[in-house]
Amino acid sequence: MKLNKPAKAGTYESNDIYIMIFPGYNSNIIELESVVYETFGEQIKSVINESLNLFQLTGVLVKAIDKGALDFTIRARMTTAIKRGMSNE
Amino acid sequence: MNKIYRSMLFMPGNNPGMLQSADIFDADSVIFDLEDSVSIEEKDSALILVTELMKSIQLNANIVIRINPYDTAFYQTDLDLIKQLNINTILLPKASLQSMKDLDSQLEKTNINIFALIETAQGIEDVYEILKSTSRCVGLILGGEDLSVDLNCERTKEGTELFYARTRVVNAAKALKKIVVDTPFTDTIDEMGLKNDCLTARKLGFDGKASINPRQIDIINTVFSPSEKEIKFALRVIDAKNLALENGLGVFSLDGKMVDLPVIKRAEFIVHTAVKIGLIKGENDEN
Amino acid sequence: MMKINGYKDNYEMFVKSSGNKSLPVIKPKEYNFNEKKLRKNLTQLLDELDLKDGMTLSFHHHLRNGDHVLNMVMEEIEKRKLKDLTLYASSIFPIHSPLVRMIENGTISQVYSAYVSGPVAKAISEGKMEKVLVMHTHGGRVRIIEMGEVTIDVAFIGAPTCDLFGNISGKIGKNACGAIGYAVTDAQYAKKSVAITDNIVEGLANYDIDGKYIDYILKVNSIGDAQGIVSGTTQITKNPIGLKIARLTTEVIKNSGYFVNGFSFQTGAGGISLAVAKYLKDLMKETNIKGSFASGGITSYLVEMLEEGYFEKLFDVQCFDLEAVRSIRDNGNHIPISASKYANINDDCVVNDLDFVILGATEIDLHFNVNVTTSSTGEIMGGSGGHSDTSYGSKVTIVVSQLFNARIPVIKDQVICKTTPGETVDVLVTERGIAINPLRLDLIERLKKTNLPLKTIRELKAISDELVGIPQEIPFTDQVIAVVEYRDGSVIDFIYKKAL
Repeated sequence: MKLNKPAKAGTYESNDIYIMIFPGYNSNIIELESVVYETFGEQIKSVINESLNLFQLTGVLVKAIDKGALDFTIRARMTTAIKRGMSNE
Repeated sequence: MNKIYRSMLFMPGNNPGMLQSADIFDADSVIFDLEDSVSIEEKDSALILVTELMKSIQLNANIVIRINPYDTAFYQTDLDLIKQLNINTILLPKASLQSMKDLDSQLEKTNINIFALIETAQGIEDVYEILKSTSRCVGLILGGEDLSVDLNCERTKEGTELFYARTRVVNAAKALKKIVVDTPFTDTIDEMGLKNDCLTARKLGFDGKASINPRQIDIINTVFSPSEKEIKFALRVIDAKNLALENGLGVFSLDGKMVDLPVIKRAEFIVHTAVKIGLIKGENDEN
Repeated sequence: MMKINGYKDNYEMFVKSSGNKSLPVIKPKEYNFNEKKLRKNLTQLLDELDLKDGMTLSFHHHLRNGDHVLNMVMEEIEKRKLKDLTLYASSIFPIHSPLVRMIENGTISQVYSAYVSGPVAKAISEGKMEKVLVMHTHGGRVRIIEMGEVTIDVAFIGAPTCDLFGNISGKIGKNACGAIGYAVTDAQYAKKSVAITDNIVEGLANYDIDGKYIDYILKVNSIGDAQGIVSGTTQITKNPIGLKIARLTTEVIKNSGYFVNGFSFQTGAGGISLAVAKYLKDLMKETNIKGSFASGGITSYLVEMLEEGYFEKLFDVQCFDLEAVRSIRDNGNHIPISASKYANINDDCVVNDLDFVILGATEIDLHFNVNVTTSSTGEIMGGSGGHSDTSYGSKVTIVVSQLFNARIPVIKDQVICKTTPGETVDVLVTERGIAINPLRLDLIERLKKTNLPLKTIRELKAISDELVGIPQEIPFTDQVIAVVEYRDGSVIDFIYKKAL
């Protein structure tokens, strides 16, 4: 599948994550800022990757600003952003 | 009647911090809201967030999901995802005979129950029929804010404007042995006002109250729980009943008064509630 | 060794004692009723003090983040190119950021403190200080001085009001801070003590530090900024999760067996702790139980409880807000105490009479050891203050915390820094359950009879791990940047520099 346009989802509130995705890159790139980068950085990136794989996306830049979101929130925000990016509206 | 509905707490469906804390506020039910607390632009976010939460975290609470109204484009999208989740109740806003009928048919083959949110003048008039329209419908919440807009009158703390609606929905629900829950008290700072509003609702026959703020749950639960005095009396009624049964007596008296079936039923309900909410220990866990 | 029969067994100690002014000495007559102690120029005063490399200088933190005294003095000293100084400051706040430069250029080579936050904490965490940071407790600080483990060469005491004898009052003046309990021991034991004030009055009738301990009075334009002195932490939390924790805590107090007439209580100024005070008041009203005293850092909530008769007395070592400052000035039952009276193991300290103390935690481990010194990623950002003092003294020590917040869990297998030993911590209250230290069989027995959600601390950790996940380990080097000293002076932990 492929992204038609850049998209974003989430908020800057505590316990949430703000996700921006951009199509048109050579491979998947994740730029992560997180309040728990030292303790959960790898985990957050792996959840983001899982979402990209689930939608079989390649060549996407993901910019994520995390405020301590749990995995379910990261998955939800990724899914929302991806669905928005894939829509033709 | 198994579940207790003293308090039903609304939580905005697009707020992960609140959603993940849903089971810690001691609300008997938590309503994940996809409707009023979610802006049009974020309807997709909230639906996906609630879905992901329900799929991945086992919340220790009775979760109800308020979907968007029947006459909006989001209704069907919400329903398609929500009915696949492991939930037992959907709250239908602006419930009408038509929307209840549609929701009921779409939930065929699921075990999902419906709570009707009665918040239009037409809904108030149709409330008996709405509740009766399907066995899936377990109860209703009165929605005072939208109703007062529909009635074109000011929403006051005293709630005079809701008097007819309150008594009418209570009567309809009780006639059909369904749960009836009062509208939220929206001033989250006024604890005295909340308590009075709860007491009024309880006097009128409501089983509980909806709330939009976790800080209100304590007061709501207290008002809608049986008091110590009520529990003590109820336990004595049941003891006396058991004794009468042992002695083969059909009728019996307590404190010089005849105890008839309604009194026994009410006593059993009070004891059941008290056990359920942990005020007394049930027979099974006594050792 | 010289030995004199029939005169002072310990004569040696007396001849060698240098400037221990707690010993009665006769002051020269001309000190009184003139301006002999008064100085109007910091540079001149520093000349007179004859400061040398390697000296130890002390400061108190009653002016908190509004303090101008420490920076004013140290910046002047830095200009004199003095090196290798030890800073003996009871706490360090973000306003003290100029110290970073002095740590980097060697003016300051060591710091002793009970609480270090802001840029100074960051610089020390990065390993920029030559010697280790020694983190003691509020009570431990006094003990260190008394035992002579550290000798203060000069104590610089920010004084909201001072008279010409050197008598100091914290209660009046434009920068009044109320209690001034952390400075008392410094004045008594330092070789030289300087009161730095922006308000000189005639003959104080009521003072907190006796002028006989003060050698110099320095008049300056301003010792601080009143806004920062009473910083804005003293607000009851509005967070419903915090309120739930506070409610559960009040239930624990109620059912602990120690909630009886005459009980005593201390709580911090954190949002949840303050909410506990609010719910406790409701409970006291409902049960008609009255307390004897509340202690510690005092906030308006405790002042209100004193004034409404819920407590008979307040023992105050530090005022957190303007209401507390007003009360300590006007109310005879609001009693200022020194840090020694508060928490020193060699004194008849107030913490030993506590029934309940409510404390926070950055981390707590499976043995109930608590960290309030570093962040959960290992940077210094606080310290014991009175945490381990009160925890030791109180009959019921309750730690309140969210089980996790923004994915940062509070329960760990092991804390990064042991500030307060688990043997002295009795109960952990979180929004998802209450864990009682297995050592407290009495509390377990009493609380089991209630409907409270009791869990083991392992069970709570399992809930937290399930929701949050397991955090990655934080890597550290073997370079010790701070020593954590318990109230009796024993070393209970080291803080290591983080690996990059």
